[in-house]
Amino acid sequence: MLSRVAERIYWSSRYIERVECTVRMLSIYDNLLFDLPRNVVLSWYNLIKINSLEKDFAERYTVQDERNVVKFMLGDDTNPSSVISSLHWLRENIRTTRDMMLEETWELTNELSIYVQENLKKGINRSQRHEFLNEIIKGCLQIQGLLYSNMPTDAPWLFLKLGRYLERADMTTRNLDAGVAAIMETKEDEFAVNSRQIILGNVLRSLNADQAYRRLTKAAVHSRDVMDFLVESPVLPRALNHCLANMIDSAEQLPCSEPLLQELYATREQVLNNANYDRIDNQFRDYLNDVQLALNHLHLTISATWFPQPE
Amino acid sequence: MTIAWNQYDPAKFFDELYASKGTPRDSSKPLIDYLQQLSVDEVASRKAAADLTIREMGVSFTVYTEEGNIDRAWPFDIIPRTIDKKQWDVISQGLEQRLQALNLFIDDLYHDQKIIKDGIIPEFVLKQSKNYRKECEGFSPAFGVWAHICGTDLVRDTDGEFYVLEDNLRVPSGVSYMLENRSIMKRVLPEVFETIDIVPVNDYPEQLQKMLSSLSPRKDVRPTVVVLTPGIFNSAYFEHAFLAQQMGAELVEGSDLVVQDDDCVYMKTIAGLERVDVVYRRIDDLFLDPEVFNADSVLGVPGLMRAWRAGNVALANAPGAGVADDKVVYAYVPEVIKYYLDQEPIIPNVETYLCYEPKQCDYVLANLDKLVVKPANESGGYGMLVGPHSTKKEREAFAQLIKKDPRNYIAQPTLGLSTAPTLVGKEDLEPRHLDLRPFILQGQNSYVTKGGLTRVAMNKGSLVVNSSQGGGSKDTWIVDFEGATK
Repeated sequence: MLSRVAERIYWSSRYIERVECTVRMLSIYDNLLFDLPRNVVLSWYNLIKINSLEKDFAERYTVQDERNVVKFMLGDDTNPSSVISSLHWLRENIRTTRDMMLEETWELTNELSIYVQENLKKGINRSQRHEFLNEIIKGCLQIQGLLYSNMPTDAPWLFLKLGRYLERADMTTRNLDAGVAAIMETKEDEFAVNSRQIILGNVLRSLNADQAYRRLTKAAVHSRDVMDFLVESPVLPRALNHCLANMIDSAEQLPCSEPLLQELYATREQVLNNANYDRIDNQFRDYLNDVQLALNHLHLTISATWFPQPE
Repeated sequence: MTIAWNQYDPAKFFDELYASKGTPRDSSKPLIDYLQQLSVDEVASRKAAADLTIREMGVSFTVYTEEGNIDRAWPFDIIPRTIDKKQWDVISQGLEQRLQALNLFIDDLYHDQKIIKDGIIPEFVLKQSKNYRKECEGFSPAFGVWAHICGTDLVRDTDGEFYVLEDNLRVPSGVSYMLENRSIMKRVLPEVFETIDIVPVNDYPEQLQKMLSSLSPRKDVRPTVVVLTPGIFNSAYFEHAFLAQQMGAELVEGSDLVVQDDDCVYMKTIAGLERVDVVYRRIDDLFLDPEVFNADSVLGVPGLMRAWRAGNVALANAPGAGVADDKVVYAYVPEVIKYYLDQEPIIPNVETYLCYEPKQCDYVLANLDKLVVKPANESGGYGMLVGPHSTKKEREAFAQLIKKDPRNYIAQPTLGLSTAPTLVGKEDLEPRHLDLRPFILQGQNSYVTKGGLTRVAMNKGSLVVNSSQGGGSKDTWIVDFEGATK
């Protein structure tokens, strides 16, 4: 398999994951605002912070309101992480790897891009936003489902998996970070317990983990248990531990992967050993930040191991 | 309400579907009978379905404009063009004959040049050919074949005869659109396929793959075949990716390949270097190898020619094959067929005036308003003069060009290209001119596509079918009446 193609497939996978995660995050925020007591000031602008896009946002908008944040995250092609940008790059990468991807991937990707471009307005206005975001998630699931059911499990598949789980792990840390930040914003008053519950419930939902949490932990929604579950569960698809295990599994089957494997083992140790669930505050945010840096470094190692190097 | 199929009038041109006003030909009657039952709205909804399919399939081509490159959806007319299989079988033989002769010709030019010594073709034609490559002299490719993939443009004049308009022996494109057009039609008019015997076209990728594999210099391993593309900004990138996918070959760019000291070609894979046996290159000769040709080329692979000459990799088409793509050489093809095969050409050429012959040149200059003048080595419909549609100023400019470089120009009578009914707006049916580009493969054996790519000049009265200049396409149906009727 060509190095260049491996790189593009890896990125295709990251972009499709990014589209889905971003859309999920938006839809969760949409819900969260309905549920929270009025005295909790939760800003849409947190979404910009979670995704480390403060600088890009500031270049385009001054008002940090819902409309601008949603516009920026969905349809702004100057935002490299917006849904529309991710779809653009997804399409470009699929277009240039059509000899390796399943034929229908290309068609489904076009369908999804066309839908988003033609219905963007629905996403900006609240009344149809839910339906619009849902359609995008469905489109993403369709592509993922196609790949899961039909892709031969050799090198291209392994690069798809590496990309998917790295992006997913990164998105999970951002979601957790958003949750911790929101919890820290709640005031110590009579509504505090209730607000925290709502926030944590939404963090779980944004990672598609609320049902699994209840079933597997049989615990009430407490920050300690929720964070533990989302970091360490070996079976939850979006838990950090599970993501790293899948990356290890893929790397083991690829050639020349020894240095990456060593780094993956070390990252897993770091993720599992350094978390302190007793203190969901700035210390935990620092921990998440370190995990994000480690994930970044994994990307660099993947790139140096297999992708074309600038001459 | 239905479309007025029985009012369709091809006027003075030969029409592919209609024998005369309102009367379909035998080969198209079942199709027209079917279409006649559809209401205007039904036709419109099929048309909309086709357009959506094209967008979803991402069938596009790139147009270079001053504002940048635009990826445009493929303009497509849902009324197919039909050809009787009996007639096609003859054309098909004619195309094989033509390519066989052209390959013998190219091989001769790079070896003994007997055809020149025997006085059939003047020596200066070759000497001044832009596409003759000295670097190829003395080389003997597998099966003596240089042009493995050929796209030959056929037209029908008012007499209904097929003529060869030109041979594209360098990097002909369009075959993927032929294949996609058929997929679109299967979705748009599925019912028709149940009742009419339409010869399938989808064996092309397999035939191409087989032919390319047969060129491999290594006989002991299953060959690695790659499609070499100039990259995403090339107007035919869609096709490069499509063919690679259909053949299960790797789509590579120049930077993916490297030639090592052993003069073998390798591709850069995730597990290191892997040997490449056959390169289906979609890059022009001059960009193939910066060591030999254009030194600034970043599209090519340094050392590729070295590897090819050493016999360690096959290139399709072989470098230098374009020498027979010259429009002056074209004028000699009937002689070429007689000379090498001792046969009469099955498909005639369009009458061609060679401007370097003083008498013919005088005729051309005196009749510019009636003729089509073409430069000898351009493709894509660029740099030509269509006499009857030209202004006096344009004709004067062309007269100067011809006088300055007569070797580089040919002229042909303006043909009354055949037409076919084309949907205009929602319910109007109007004749539009078209041509046909079948694709011919030659390795150990020959193969011709079942039909080809029908290109349509979508603008009223226009004769220019190139996609870069307002052309579109139709599906081409070779219809079998003698096979088992379904």
